Amino acid sequence: MLSVLMLRFNGKNMKSANGACMPKRQICSAVSVLILLFSVSLLSACGGINEAGLIVAGSTSVQPYAEVLSEEYMILHPDVLIDIQGGGSSAGIMAAQTGTSELGMSSRVLKDEEKSLWYVEIARDGLAVIINPENPIQNLTLDQIRQIYSAEITDWSQLGGTNTKIHTITREDGSGTRDAFVSLVMGESSITPRAIVQDSNGAVRQLVADDENAIGFISLGLVDDKVKALQLDGVAATRENVLNGSYNLSRPFLFVALSEPTGETKQFVDFILSAEGQKILMNEGLISPLEGTGT
Amino acid sequence: MKISSRTAQRIAKTLIWASALFVIVILLAIIIFILIKGVPEISWQFLTEIPRNMGRSGGISSSIVGTLLVTAVAVIIATPFGVGTAFYLTEYTREGKVTRIIRFSAESLSGIPSIVYGLFGFIFFVMYLKLGWSILSGGLTLAVMILPTIIRTSEEAIRTVSYQYREVSFSLGGTKWQTITRAVFPSAVRGIAVGVILGIGRCVAETAAVILTAGSALRMPESIFSPTRTMAEHFYILAREGISMEKAYGTAALLIIIIFIINVVANMLINRYVAKGH
Amino acid sequence: MKINKEKISGTIFLLIALSALSVLALITVFIFIKGVPIIAKVGFFDFVFGMVWDPGNGAFGIFPMIFGSVTVTLGAAVLGVPIAICCSIFLAEFAPAVLSNIVRPAIQLLAAIPSVVYGFWGLLFVVPAIRNHLGGPGLSILAGSIILAIMILPTIISIAEVSLLSLPRHYKEGAYALGLTQWQTIRSVLLPAAKSGIVAAIILGIGRAIGETMAVIMVLGNAVAIPQSILDPARTLTTNIGIEMGYASGDHQQALFATGIVLLVIVMILNAFAQYVTRRK
Repeated sequence: MLSVLMLRFNGKNMKSANGACMPKRQICSAVSVLILLFSVSLLSACGGINEAGLIVAGSTSVQPYAEVLSEEYMILHPDVLIDIQGGGSSAGIMAAQTGTSELGMSSRVLKDEEKSLWYVEIARDGLAVIINPENPIQNLTLDQIRQIYSAEITDWSQLGGTNTKIHTITREDGSGTRDAFVSLVMGESSITPRAIVQDSNGAVRQLVADDENAIGFISLGLVDDKVKALQLDGVAATRENVLNGSYNLSRPFLFVALSEPTGETKQFVDFILSAEGQKILMNEGLISPLEGTGT
Repeated sequence: MKISSRTAQRIAKTLIWASALFVIVILLAIIIFILIKGVPEISWQFLTEIPRNMGRSGGISSSIVGTLLVTAVAVIIATPFGVGTAFYLTEYTREGKVTRIIRFSAESLSGIPSIVYGLFGFIFFVMYLKLGWSILSGGLTLAVMILPTIIRTSEEAIRTVSYQYREVSFSLGGTKWQTITRAVFPSAVRGIAVGVILGIGRCVAETAAVILTAGSALRMPESIFSPTRTMAEHFYILAREGISMEKAYGTAALLIIIIFIINVVANMLINRYVAKGH
Repeated sequence: MKINKEKISGTIFLLIALSALSVLALITVFIFIKGVPIIAKVGFFDFVFGMVWDPGNGAFGIFPMIFGSVTVTLGAAVLGVPIAICCSIFLAEFAPAVLSNIVRPAIQLLAAIPSVVYGFWGLLFVVPAIRNHLGGPGLSILAGSIILAIMILPTIISIAEVSLLSLPRHYKEGAYALGLTQWQTIRSVLLPAAKSGIVAAIILGIGRAIGETMAVIMVLGNAVAIPQSILDPARTLTTNIGIEMGYASGDHQQALFATGIVLLVIVMILNAFAQYVTRRK
């Protein structure tokens, strides 16, 4: 609409001093060159009419790990194409159900109505509750965290911290991370509608790193030195503690599909579950279902 | 207390100069920040390599190609339909209630937030038509998004072509088709081009409508059925997730430069168009 | 032979126009078909004025989002319009040619920045500034208003400037001949005369602000509750769709389309108003 009004106003009254116009021929040739360029790129892109590759969609928590795995897999199998798509756990499950993607990624357990899908656990991930490094608090109980998120506790001073309001940060509704948090921590209570909502682990982490009064929850594997992971009931949030069961905030990373995968999809899943694939995941901070007492 | 007109003049002048200064300062703050941090990133490698390790290393070539292809699909589809419709509305129909309704609808549709187009495109192209996350889905969504704008600007451009052009053509025995192609179109082409170019600019900068239609894949797209990640989307993801700030700035800087060039071209055309003396 | 070609070309144009228009109709129809059932189910008033948005528990009240959209846009207008109008006056009346040749491209450049970049810049500079100096999490209506105000500046400035420039010269000359100062001329002669164009510019700016999604997602905080101060986080109609459309299904998805209907209606009203104002010339 902007351009329309500009044309209307310009056309009516503006008197421009400049008399020289661009010759029509030049415009025509410029336009035809552009069209040619576009068509050429389009035609060359139309080469392979069908293969869009294996599509894996869903959890933004699983996504970075899936991308690393697919990169490695595509190096080993150069003729295979894999595309990773985000959207959140619920989106991934829905995509698998509707056939929009071959595989869905989820960072939470399947709900009852989703149980008809085929699924496999590719790794386990701890859920860290993070606060700003400047925040003096080191340790909280599960119930205290629940109270913070349900807005029963609203001030850090109520927990022995500074006299400031708590800035609660949560993930969006369709997030597997949020679902896992709700089922593991909140129980019957719901997260306060006044909580700030962010759409990825990275965004939550960034926010907590910048704001001294913030609290959030992210993938354990993504905790870095810009944020501080709280101890839960005295247990530190480390990979080892998730493994030995003492830190019990953890959730499975699942790959789901409409039915048991075959062909290329099956090979990719097999790769992920193999020792090689699992090693990649463990290097990135995840816990393999092959390890210890896990699951 | 009455302020003398001279003082009022001085106050007004100060405020007005200050506002202009403010706009410049803001612009510099944003642009210089992005360009300073981003331009050093733009190297030949940056432009030709595909992203690796989620975008932490490598370049953004696949993103550049993806952006170009999505925009190309959108423009190639929207332009003929948009311009054709505009011609139909101006040349073949009489001004009346129907055309006014159509014009109003086109105007309204061009004002709908892009996220609504994204929602439509996601449900319709990606899921319902089963095109999946692909350049085609993204391009179609964007085509639908810029179609109303192209119709409106083309119509405006065609209508301002002086009726004399048409009269002369008809009096010389020309048919409607000949009149349109030889008399009206050449005069209106610049105005039409402006609309198309602005549509291109809108496509390149768009994120909300492509994020769930064109997909998020990092590899070089094989065909228009492949998913891709446009530059605006790539910047958004890199910056939000904190994956790689340097690459994010580089992407943003490149984007800004491209869009600026597009806008400059559009404006050059507007000015030349006006200079022709309509 | 000529007549046949005429008929053919006429038919071709008709077909092109029909297909294009039917696609546009398709979108409108699609949005309505998908959105109306939920409005009927929940009840129009409960939908538009419902205070709770909690799709997981079947609550589909979008009032918090309407409130968010309105306050953020209003804030953007309050912050941006005065500066934009002043700047357009600057370009039209006060700037020497040298300066206007710098300022005008500068404004073009502002318009060239993608919204995600604005959002990111806001996240890096505006949000921490608010958090550290004014309190609250920083992600707030104020942050959104500031960023949106900057984003709509180019829109308003360029159209307002054109309106001012397109005024007949004798308006100004007559005023000066009567002894008015420059500011008096602007205030009592030029601005009222260019009123319709300026109002149209402002409406366009507001339309752009309401439709913005990406920049707002990044700085607004997206809390579902109704904000109680401009330092509180909020959610707009557009960001609500943006955040939830990836995974919404069934009723939830319909509610998002219904939100799209609301947005469409708002845009239509704004458009009608803008057309009314400019037609009055």
